[in-house]
Amino acid sequence: MTTVSMTLNGKKVSANVDDRTLLVQYIRETHGLTGTHVGCDTSQCGSCVVHVDGKAVKSCTMLAAQADGSHVTTVEGLANGTELHPVQAAFREHHGLQCGFCTPGMIMSAVDIISRHGADIDEKTIRHELEGNLCRCTGYQNIVKAIQAAAQEMHGAKVAAE
Amino acid sequence: MYDTTYHRAGSLQDAEAKFAAAEDAKFLAGGQTLLPTMKQRLAAPSDVIDLGKVPDLSGISEGDGSLVIGAVTTHYEVASSDVVKRLIPGLAALAAGIGDPAVRYRGTIGGSISNNDPAADYPAALVALGATINTNKRSLSAEDFFEGMFMTALEEDEIVTNVSFPVAEKSAYAKYPNPASRYAMAGVFVAKTSAGSRVAVTGAGSDGVFRVSEMESALDANWSPEAVAGISVPADDLLSDIHGSADYRANLVTVMAKRAVAAT
Ligand SMILES: Cc1cc2nc3c(=O)[nH]c(=O)nc-3n(C[C@H](O)[C@H](O)[C@H](O)COP(=O)(O)OP(=O)(O)OC[C@H]3O[C@@H](n4cnc5c(N)ncnc54)[C@H](O)[C@@H]3O)c2cc1C
Ligand code: FES
Ligand code: FES
Repeated sequence: MTTVSMTLNGKKVSANVDDRTLLVQYIRETHGLTGTHVGCDTSQCGSCVVHVDGKAVKSCTMLAAQADGSHVTTVEGLANGTELHPVQAAFREHHGLQCGFCTPGMIMSAVDIISRHGADIDEKTIRHELEGNLCRCTGYQNIVKAIQAAAQEMHGAKVAAE
Repeated sequence: MYDTTYHRAGSLQDAEAKFAAAEDAKFLAGGQTLLPTMKQRLAAPSDVIDLGKVPDLSGISEGDGSLVIGAVTTHYEVASSDVVKRLIPGLAALAAGIGDPAVRYRGTIGGSISNNDPAADYPAALVALGATINTNKRSLSAEDFFEGMFMTALEEDEIVTNVSFPVAEKSAYAKYPNPASRYAMAGVFVAKTSAGSRVAVTGAGSDGVFRVSEMESALDANWSPEAVAGISVPADDLLSDIHGSADYRANLVTVMAKRAVAAT
């Protein structure tokens, strides 16, 4: 057993868990945050993507102990109270989800993609950047549209604030 | 995953001591290969020694005519480094094409080469550029380091500390990725170095990475895609699996070589 402590969605948490506990198990089972999903056992689907110290990683392919001392953000940590994060709002607006299983991972990857590419990200780049996120409903068209809209929205908001 | 004991190494000496004290330990870097393998119960180390936070093992620096990359430097860091882009652009482009963004944020150069997957990208760059692999025990040339499919010259308790690349005059990498896994079906790294033109192939050889001397001589005489267009590698020693036959891969090698030279 090992003690794993981290800042999870802005809150300090700590728990004594098996050393082999994956970060996704720590998030879902130890702390009850079931927004982060597990869609495969081969590290390929991306439905488990969370941010660890600002980087979008697959929480099924990291031990909880490796994230000890880190800042971790899950899909539950994006909204500001009842106000959705712009990426969440864009997924709703543009119908970027069907069954919703891949959605938390898509959204966490999208936030990272937008922060690296900015407002003018084109469709081809978005599709290339989503290589690690699979949607079994195959609703990529609207996912790509939502990400493009969110990128512009977030950039527009920044300009307005300047 | 079977039970294991996790240790975070604070320094190289600490990692060595923890490895020696354990019964059947494995080093852990980005975990993008080791953890999936442990989840499938194909590996079951008694202990994992995490090298990820050892300060001396990370970072990118420019030496005298060389580029040095620490073992735990991630694919993302290599792909986005201005120093790498300036000194060896083909290497930055290669790192940018490994797996997907989440894999690139965690996976490391040291982990990739220690694993020596026959379809991994980095081995082609190390062999083509004539890189030196430095460990806690010695220095090895890339050609001595990679011994075959999933085989390297590393001893059980040996740790890759960094990889040193001589700066090349020209470099580029072209790969045909498997559409599902993104690993190379065939990847060709070409480099114009002080030791002449070099061509190294990954993803296709049944013994891992290999050089194509016929293409190298042709590029020495004329650095152009046309120079390699008529040269094919024998299919006998190539991988043949559900993703593609040996003949198909042999053809891919020539096509990727042309594309890589065209990209320089
Ligand atoms: C979905 C997916 C797609 C991928 N696609 C590609 C691809 O297209 N191309 C590609 O090349 N790779 C690909 N990979 C593999 C990826 O590049 C891994 O990062 C890499 O193979 C292993 O690096 P790591 O740091 O994660 O090592 P780990 O998984 O931590 O370790 C791998 C092995 O190396 C050993 N090791 C690690 N560091 C050291 C060291 N410093 N000294 C000695 N031994 C060490 C470990 O003990 C272990 O045996 C993919 C992986 C995934 C999950
Ligand atoms: S559950 Fe993590 S990649 Fe599929
Ligand atoms: S919406 Fe169903 S898996 Fe993507």
